[in-house]
Amino acid sequence: MYLSSSRTNDAITTARTDTSSGTRPSRRARLLPVVAPNVLALGMVSLVTDISAEMVTAILPVYLVVGLGLSPLAFGMLDGLYNVANAAVRPIGGHVADRTRRHKPVAGVGYAVSAAGKLALPAVAGSVPLIGGVLAADRMGKGLRTAPRDALISLSSPDDAQGRAFGVHRAMDTTGALLGPPVALLVLWVTVEAYDAVFVVSFCFAMLGVLILALFVREPTLDRTAATRRKVRLLDAVAVLRAPGFGRVCACALLLACVTVGDSMLYLLLQRRVDLSPALFPLLPFGTALAFLLLALPFGLLGDRFGRGRVFLAGHLILLAACLTLLLPLPGAAAIGGTLVLLGAFYAATDGVLMALAAPLAPADLRAGALGLVQTGQAAGRAVGAVAFGAAWTAWGPRTALAAAALGLAMATTVAATLLRGRPAVPTDPHDDTDRHDGDA
Amino acid sequence: MSRTARLTVLGLSLVLLAALGFGYTLHAADRARSGRDRPHAVPDLNHPAQILFRSTAPDAGRDHLAALDVSGTGRPEGDDDRRVSDLKCLVFHAAHGTGLCLQLANPVLNAYDAVILDARARPVAHHRIAGTPSRARVSPGGHMVAWTSFVGGESYAGLNFSTRTAILDTRTGTLLDNLEEFTVRRDGQIYRAPDINVWGVTFAADENRFYATVASDGHTYLAQGDIAAETLTTVHENAECPSLSPDGTRVAYKKRVSGTDPARPWRLFVLDLRTRTETPVADTRELDDQAEWLDADTVVYMLPGDQRGDVWASRADGSGTPRLLLRYAMSPAVLRG
Repeated sequence: MYLSSSRTNDAITTARTDTSSGTRPSRRARLLPVVAPNVLALGMVSLVTDISAEMVTAILPVYLVVGLGLSPLAFGMLDGLYNVANAAVRPIGGHVADRTRRHKPVAGVGYAVSAAGKLALPAVAGSVPLIGGVLAADRMGKGLRTAPRDALISLSSPDDAQGRAFGVHRAMDTTGALLGPPVALLVLWVTVEAYDAVFVVSFCFAMLGVLILALFVREPTLDRTAATRRKVRLLDAVAVLRAPGFGRVCACALLLACVTVGDSMLYLLLQRRVDLSPALFPLLPFGTALAFLLLALPFGLLGDRFGRGRVFLAGHLILLAACLTLLLPLPGAAAIGGTLVLLGAFYAATDGVLMALAAPLAPADLRAGALGLVQTGQAAGRAVGAVAFGAAWTAWGPRTALAAAALGLAMATTVAATLLRGRPAVPTDPHDDTDRHDGDA
Repeated sequence: MSRTARLTVLGLSLVLLAALGFGYTLHAADRARSGRDRPHAVPDLNHPAQILFRSTAPDAGRDHLAALDVSGTGRPEGDDDRRVSDLKCLVFHAAHGTGLCLQLANPVLNAYDAVILDARARPVAHHRIAGTPSRARVSPGGHMVAWTSFVGGESYAGLNFSTRTAILDTRTGTLLDNLEEFTVRRDGQIYRAPDINVWGVTFAADENRFYATVASDGHTYLAQGDIAAETLTTVHENAECPSLSPDGTRVAYKKRVSGTDPARPWRLFVLDLRTRTETPVADTRELDDQAEWLDADTVVYMLPGDQRGDVWASRADGSGTPRLLLRYAMSPAVLRG
């Protein structure tokens, strides 16, 4: 069942222990897109969890509006608050995982909270505050599990194959996101719109995710000798920003996030630019996700080969190209196709790649907290960017705002390129911090 | 645990979870198929002094369009002799021989249609809706119809909804499918922003003017619209889902009030358009509905409950106490002469 079985001899003897970067595949095997069993297991967890989550996302507006007679705008107003909670919880989840040296249980709690929410939603149908509470808990669960999960992926993979590991994981994750809505609609169709059945089936998928995590994901052994173990304090979680190169990557991620135009804004601009039938709107995110799914692994591999910093920067130039596509007088089909493919490519070149870029720069025993910090910084930057873009639109109109965003992207990418150039290149230079904890360096 | 043991546990759990998922789905499908036979009445959308609504009673007529004479409403126990039709509508409105029924068109594609109905509630035209249906209105003369839907929520576990509102002239078939493209004037100035949303249309008697909610930047406004000029002009702040009184002098709407449930923070108010005085309706419960006028002095509105709605009536001048008009009902539409 594992792709990694191509490592014929190793696979048998080390399948149960090679979850850390301690065992590295042979040079020959590394040429093939092979990933650690742990990464595949985490990919499966994310795949079924995303089926579960996207099933609910697909029907939630219908359920709230049509089933319960509520207007989701009220929930939308709270959404900003939930997102703040989600982003704020990430470093906390990461830090707790580092501190206890147990990534798997912390991630597991996050997955379990979201699973429980799937059954809680129909149970609290009569009460609007409780629905809000369950949705908030679901978002917190997601915030809690993301950093420890990404740390697990990173710690289970050799430093020079981080891009591949995150690429495989993100591709599997997106596959689940694409499967969720059709499954939900199928259940609704079979049951003549019984929303409770959708929640029950979604719960089953979520539980399957928790089970796969519990049974098949291994806690990586960070170091073999107890002597090198140090206690992780709260101060270390912040001091990780001083780790060579890591602070620069964080600064770049934050800077670039501030000039990132959100996908919902690009869809809005696309709708205005092309006279698109309203029935086709839901297909826009679908197209982006499909491009993301197909390109996640190729971009991850390119990152391992040519430098993940370069791919990350190139991703922002791809977003710049998506902005230009909307500004150019292209025919409708080309504008839609171009924008969606470029947007998917942007996510493929930046989402997992950023984690793959940042992870090896953080010491292994601080990695989950460090990744949580990057993610929170990025979320904060995007929030700033969204407000700035909205203000520009109000002041100058949509086309000028988009042109300004493109200019901002170009300038920020240039600055980020300068910042990253001063950093030791990860794939070639073995990094002192990570290897000290690897034990086999 | 050995690999075999782990695979065994996974296999057994898969069987159990699959049994739960499939079993529950089949049970729900069975539940939906039971008790489908019931005589269906044909509504008459020209007959005044009737109230039409979506019946949410937990029986075979659930989510069907039903009708009741106004004189037969408001019985103390809440039971009534509603005439349930064959037609399923999620959101409904009617006036002067024209009906507007927002219904599920294709469950697999999750697609909804706005269906224009004639006086015998027969469909005469279908229009695909963008997103999930929310509000429906027919002009007093029965010629103009408007509907609002929620679009979006596409991001992972995201709830970034926006609204979309369309107006259709049933005489010419002219469809203005996005009122956000109207010129918005706020405080006398032309206003533009990416986050403008328009929802909850209510038509004036001349069938050209209308009122609607315009929202941007966290504020909501009552706006007066002009279909011919394609403009929306804000007239009052913090007002959503307006409903114009039959004489066109007052607007009932939901107003965001502090110190209430954050997910449903609205209470019903009535604004006198001449004196600009705002009067709270004597119902202190939070609501989320576009009100309807029962007569010149009474507003009716739905309060959500446990998977169902009830329709309540209150005096528009803020006096008296609310009374239960219809149990198990949503989307009330009052037919006038």
